[in-house]
Amino acid sequence: MLVEALVVSALLFVIGTFGVLVRRNAIIMFLCIELQLNAANLSFVALSRHLGIDGQIFVFFVMTVAAAEAAVGLAIIISIFRHYQTVNVDNFNLLKW
Amino acid sequence: MTTVSGMTLIGAGLGSVAQQAGYEPLLPGLIILLPLLGFVINGVLALQAGSRSAARVRAGEEGTGPSGSAADRTLPTWIGPGVVGLAFLLTLVNFFRMLGVEVHEPVVRSYWTWMATGGLVLDAAIQLDALSMIMMLVITGVGFLIHVFSVGYMKEDPGYPRYFAYLNLFVFFMLVLVMGASFPMMFVGWEGVGLCSYLLIGFWFKDRAKADAGKKAFIVNRVGDFGFLVAMFILFTTLGTLDYQGVFEAAPEAFAYGGAAITAVALFFLLGAVGKSAQIPLYVWLPDAMAGPTPVSALIHAATMVTAGVYLVARSSVLFALSPAGSAAVAAVGALTALFAATIALQQYDIKKVLAYSTVSQLGFMFLAVGAGAYAAGVFHLMTHAFFKALLFLGAGAVIHSMHHALHATHKDWDAQDMRNMGGIRRYMPVTWLTMWVATLAIAGIWPFAGFFSKDEIIWASGVAARGSMGSLYTLLWAMALAAAVLTAIYMTRMMVLTFHGRNRTGEEEERHLHEAPLNMTLPLGILAVLSVVGGWVNVPGSIRESVFGGFGVLPMSDWLDRWLEPVVGDAQAILLTQLGPVAETAPVGGGHVLWGGIATVVAASVVLLTARAVASRPTVPALEEGEPQRGIRKILYNKWYVDELYDRIIVQPILRVSRWFWKVVDQLVIDGTVNAVGSVTRGVGWFGSLFQTGQVNTYAFILTLGVLAVLAALVL
Repeated sequence: MLVEALVVSALLFVIGTFGVLVRRNAIIMFLCIELQLNAANLSFVALSRHLGIDGQIFVFFVMTVAAAEAAVGLAIIISIFRHYQTVNVDNFNLLKW
Repeated sequence: MTTVSGMTLIGAGLGSVAQQAGYEPLLPGLIILLPLLGFVINGVLALQAGSRSAARVRAGEEGTGPSGSAADRTLPTWIGPGVVGLAFLLTLVNFFRMLGVEVHEPVVRSYWTWMATGGLVLDAAIQLDALSMIMMLVITGVGFLIHVFSVGYMKEDPGYPRYFAYLNLFVFFMLVLVMGASFPMMFVGWEGVGLCSYLLIGFWFKDRAKADAGKKAFIVNRVGDFGFLVAMFILFTTLGTLDYQGVFEAAPEAFAYGGAAITAVALFFLLGAVGKSAQIPLYVWLPDAMAGPTPVSALIHAATMVTAGVYLVARSSVLFALSPAGSAAVAAVGALTALFAATIALQQYDIKKVLAYSTVSQLGFMFLAVGAGAYAAGVFHLMTHAFFKALLFLGAGAVIHSMHHALHATHKDWDAQDMRNMGGIRRYMPVTWLTMWVATLAIAGIWPFAGFFSKDEIIWASGVAARGSMGSLYTLLWAMALAAAVLTAIYMTRMMVLTFHGRNRTGEEEERHLHEAPLNMTLPLGILAVLSVVGGWVNVPGSIRESVFGGFGVLPMSDWLDRWLEPVVGDAQAILLTQLGPVAETAPVGGGHVLWGGIATVVAASVVLLTARAVASRPTVPALEEGEPQRGIRKILYNKWYVDELYDRIIVQPILRVSRWFWKVVDQLVIDGTVNAVGSVTRGVGWFGSLFQTGQVNTYAFILTLGVLAVLAALVL
């Protein structure tokens, strides 16, 4: 049971990572990050059966942070969209020196 | 005037020797502090005046009067000469207290511990004894007269408060020099007067040549200061102390007579003295120092500062007496300089240059005296020279002042200091003319003027030394001194005749603007003229006093100075006596005091008369019409034996070349190159790093993932 859960978790994480790296739509990249977070959550929950309740508690923290992040992230994406009329990240390269 | 009254007092006081218990000085520290106070006040005024005139320039009102308001000048006019005058009065009080008291031990007043490091403990202490008292009288007395003269001379100068600030500061440092109780104290004053000399030579610093002259004086003096320092180091390592009393007590035991150590000390002190007192080979700065205001030349470069070297040798007489080779070197340098500088003075046309070379020459006489062991004679000539040379410089200053006005009135572009542009000034400036002739006769050594007694005593002393060991050397020096004395009479007479006699060459329009100086300038001239006569009467040997030269004992003359300085130079004389034995009191070729005195006066007088006729009979034309002498000895002398050119070739240019090499190669290439390379490499590395920073979020995510994979790989493998 544990092995299957961890395999699913790993698959989810790789799909999320791959999505962040190859997609250009900011919303989709955002969803992929959520996918990574939830992959980690799945591992926590699966492992908590053997290693104690700490993993499950941690999941709540992750979900809280993910919710806050979603709020802030979506707000940023919306304001970018209002400004540029696009959410394709190839158009934004201000995050440098 | 001090010396005359002092003489009569000592005459009365000697009968009742040692009736007073001891000498109690009155506020000796205040003598030093008064000029310092004057410097502070005048310095503040100078800074204020400076900022005011700067504000005027900024406001675009340039050229509103030469020195702003007259109020700018009121305070310095009273404070500048005032503090020196007060210091002089205080010195006089102390002098009269010392008179009649047998002061064999110097009075030392210690104020605080200046520095205590390891074995060296130095007090900020002053020492009052016969020698420092004479120097203090000369410095404050002649200094006061020159301050008063300056009030008139510098009246229209915009730097008036600054001038008096510097002049007061100079007097302060000069007093520190002669009153300090240890060699380091003297060195403080020594450096301080050098600084003031630099500041005052370059007083008109907007003129590049004058600023350069100041630098030259400062740099040449550094060479001498090096010698002074090394001599102090040797003294300290050998004796462990630098106080005069400690050094002079310990020296005769610690140093072997004529040994290498004491000779090194003497020679290094000589190097210091040669720098400060403008002797061969370091005399070159003094003629250039004439770029300063003329009263400065009178005070610093004739009467006081340049005699510091003579004071140094006289003060260290014990050390020099222990080293016959060192003393002989002092005498040889002196005699050589006396003759050499006198030859240059023969062919100079700038009135101040003549006096400058004359000063160098007279300082040579003083060196000859202290080198020959006649320390009192050296100090005696120092004193009389201060009187008549200050008078000559001030008189020249008055003439230049008048010439300057005359040329300025018609905007004539002539040199106000060139004697070829003068002539016949006697008619317009009778007081200056008369007083300067007194000084000329004094410096030429004609009876009864001061120089007769002091210079003859020096020549006499070198003649006496010729009877001792190293006789042939001193005989040569004696002959050189005689020749220099004759040349002195020639160049001084030439200067007087060119300046004051004959037809005026300034120009008809200009001639009408020539005028006598105001009273505050002529009064110091008069007082100095009196001193130039009677100043020599304080040190007359008995045989002269009894003869016709002393009015057969009627004139108020005495050998006071010799006895007065005995406590200071007595130890040195004792060393000389025990080592050399008593020497015969006759000249190298026979004859006594009176005979040689007679010869000297007759020769000097006839030289003066002959020169006057020769110069007057030769036609003189204004400077611009004549040009430079083209050939022969006259050309060499006009160009001062090409010594400046020689120094430029062998010292200045090589140093410039080496410095330029250090600048171009070591500094610009090596040091600057290293620093710049560090900067360039950092920039390059930064530029390379910035290539990875694209601003694309995906790139960042990709690199981040790669990094995580790398870390994972490292952990797993």
